[in-house]
Amino acid sequence: MTSAEKYATAAYAVVLAVVLLYVVLYAFKLSRLQREVAELAELAARRKADTDAGEPDREPERVA
Amino acid sequence: MLALAGVVLLVTGVVMAFYWVPMAPGEGFRQRIFYIHVPVALTAYACFAWGAWKALRLLWKREERYDLESYTAVHMGTIFGVLTLVTGSIWARTSWGVWWSWGDRQLVLFLILFLFYCAYFMLRYAVEPGPRRERLSAVYALLGVVLIPVSFLAIRLAESLIHPTVFTRDVNENLTSSQLGTFIVCLAGTLCLAGALYKIELTGKRLDRQLRELRRALA
Repeated sequence: MTSAEKYATAAYAVVLAVVLLYVVLYAFKLSRLQREVAELAELAARRKADTDAGEPDREPERVA
Repeated sequence: MLALAGVVLLVTGVVMAFYWVPMAPGEGFRQRIFYIHVPVALTAYACFAWGAWKALRLLWKREERYDLESYTAVHMGTIFGVLTLVTGSIWARTSWGVWWSWGDRQLVLFLILFLFYCAYFMLRYAVEPGPRRERLSAVYALLGVVLIPVSFLAIRLAESLIHPTVFTRDVNENLTSSQLGTFIVCLAGTLCLAGALYKIELTGKRLDRQLRELRRALA
């Protein structure tokens, strides 16, 4: 392999490496977003359960 | 779809560049860098121009969504700018024997453009989020776009003949049809790739913002 061939291959390899790095970084970001969505869904479910549990107590107050 | 088109076009372009297109007289094998370096540079310009267009829309329509779109386009342009500088440096090393030439206006102007857009991020994160930051970022992105034609035309305005001029008025010095075909395939590939990355990045940023708002609402 001549030096010109090596440099030409390196130029294409750099582009490929950057695109791959971007995809890997985005995979990490996606997993973080997934984790956050799961946390928020859990928080919302807990809130709903708390509200549902609290409703019978509030009922007489509203009547009064 | 855009990502798939980008991958198919780029793979085809690389195969054409390495195995099909004839060697350019005088330049030899190293001329193959042209098929990735120039499309990547043009894509960087396109991203910056797209960012400026979105910035103009923001200043015009005052819609918040354009801020994120402009920011994402500038972000993409910076990534392609890094690739332009790296592939250009490799080409310089194999053609001129140096990694960088300060005497070449095209190179220096592209570096100025790149650093100008790097400063965009500093400005953006130095200001509190809100309408003021959106307007400042938009004005800055619009100012940067002025440098694009200067950088693009510098090669023709330059007295130095170090940087290779590929598209000239002289028919004999222009690309052959196979070279032009390969160049167009590679350019279409990088533009599709940039478009796909832009859409992914924008979706991710929008999701991030929505999640932050949801978290605040639930807190």
